[in-house]
Amino acid sequence: MSELERLARLEGDDLPVLRLRGVRKEFRGNTVLDGLDLDVPEHGVVVLIGASGSGKSTLLRCANLLEPISDGSIHLDGEHITDPRVDADRVRRRIGMVFQSFNLFPHMSVLDNISLAPRRVHRRERREVEQRALELLERVGLADKAREYPDRLSGGQQQRVAIVRALVNDPRLLLLDEVTSALDPELVGEVLSLVRDLREEGMTMLLATHEMGFARQVADTVCFLEGGRILEQGPPEQVLGEPEQPRTRQFLQRIIEAGRL
Amino acid sequence: MALRNPAAEEDPAAARASEPRPSPLEAERSVLRRRQSVRSVLVGAASTALLGGLLVTVLVGSPGWERVRETFFDAEVARTALPAVLDGLWLNLRLLLFCALGALALGLVVAVMRTLRGPVFFPLRALASSYTYGFRGAPLIIVLYLLTFGVPGLRLENTPSVLVLGGIALVVTYGAYIAEVFRAGIESVHPSQIAASRSLGLTYPQTMRWVVLPQAVRRVSPPLLNDMVALQKDVGLISLAGPIDAIRAAQIATAQSYNFTPYIVAGVLFVLMAIPLVAVTDWVTVRAARRQSAEGAR
Ligand SMILES: Nc1ncnc2c1ncn2[C@@H]1O[C@H](COP(=O)(O)OP(=O)(O)OP(=O)(O)O)[C@@H](O)[C@H]1O
Ligand SMILES: [Mg+2]
Repeated sequence: MSELERLARLEGDDLPVLRLRGVRKEFRGNTVLDGLDLDVPEHGVVVLIGASGSGKSTLLRCANLLEPISDGSIHLDGEHITDPRVDADRVRRRIGMVFQSFNLFPHMSVLDNISLAPRRVHRRERREVEQRALELLERVGLADKAREYPDRLSGGQQQRVAIVRALVNDPRLLLLDEVTSALDPELVGEVLSLVRDLREEGMTMLLATHEMGFARQVADTVCFLEGGRILEQGPPEQVLGEPEQPRTRQFLQRIIEAGRL
Repeated sequence: MALRNPAAEEDPAAARASEPRPSPLEAERSVLRRRQSVRSVLVGAASTALLGGLLVTVLVGSPGWERVRETFFDAEVARTALPAVLDGLWLNLRLLLFCALGALALGLVVAVMRTLRGPVFFPLRALASSYTYGFRGAPLIIVLYLLTFGVPGLRLENTPSVLVLGGIALVVTYGAYIAEVFRAGIESVHPSQIAASRSLGLTYPQTMRWVVLPQAVRRVSPPLLNDMVALQKDVGLISLAGPIDAIRAAQIATAQSYNFTPYIVAGVLFVLMAIPLVAVTDWVTVRAARRQSAEGAR
């Protein structure tokens, strides 16, 4: 039995939503992920921390198949998604992703931004889709902005729209890449409280952040990324409070000095 | 420092409703502003009139003016030439419409072909790039001659008419320019837009259709429409291959009357024909800017 066949389908009761095994990622000889293992269990919130350039964004992009991996395997709900025969577009439909810089489509209204994928990809009825989009906008307090174009919104509002856009497909997994880094400090709160709400509702999430306070609040597991691997992982109190690894301690020390804890 | 109400600052409508009467300072300032703008309008009008008067004086006062007026601006000759020139212009218009649509479609297809990645698409990509490389450099007249004289020379069955062949020459030449304009537009769309679209599960063609091309086309519609205005003028070159368009009609009329007025007639008609296109160009530019700017979004 070939390795690909063996990996094609994982079975088991306690299968995580997302499983990375031995994931390597190289950019022209520059190794960014170096045989990385990671599990994101159902309803779990896993937070990636690590220095700038440690590969957090790269990991998220690989999980969403926006970047091909150089080695290893990624499973989504037990399905081997880094099998070359797998239709990447179908996989991405089950994963929502939110970017640091929002990446809303500037030529579309808020409502059209949110409805684009359900209508064009999932071929759902316009009315039904817009109704659902409005419900979600209502929940994040932006129902009155539905017809607005993105550049009329504040950064915090744009980011909440981007999160709604990712949620409207009812994804199995939400990937959030430093969703507050591009925001003014007073706008960070509204986005973070939305993420906390999603956690309460049991959304499975993998996120990268520089906000240690936020990591502490939402994480079930915090993973410290260094040298292309996860150097230390555990509950937030342990990793952020009493880190075992000297490198983790060093990193947190620098963050404290920068005043971000 | 006085405490400010942040709500009033955020909502311009609320701020306007409770706007106080202008202070004496502001009142004085707006009177002054109005006076200044009246003065600059007057200065502008006076200098325009002066310059115009000067030009007319020089023109009319020149020793050869009478000759020029007779040979270029003869009302009688203009009246006789007009029907034939208008007939020709009708051909220009129809040709313009088909060539514009053809060149836009060809340009779009070629531009999208050039963006395809991966070895599977290598032949398409290579075809598209060599086409744009070749035809962007080829002089339109040469392409026109090759197609309108060369192709019929092959004596194949069902050779299209010279008009159709000339149209094809215009389409392939302009298609190459337009493909480059579209490509510039496509490349100006930030890769993060593509990443966002793909992360939503849209396929590459869907991403092109809904995310990249709408932004690209909006961004390049002013240069595209400028190409259309240029095409409108170059459509006249088809007369070199025989068909009687407005310029050719004017040439015939000139040869009959020994007077250049028919050319002026054709020229004026071309300018008139361009006005709607130029107006549309401006309108599209303004609308595109408004749609994405804070000002106009509803
Ligand atoms: N498309 C790419 N081509 C080449 N190198 C890349 C590319 N994307 C990322 N890298 C490299 O991979 C490394 C990790 O980048 P990544 O963006 O994943 O870091 P990060 O942990 O998200 O950093 P930050 O906290 O600053 O966002 C960096 O050294 C970067 O230069
Ligand atoms: Mg990053």
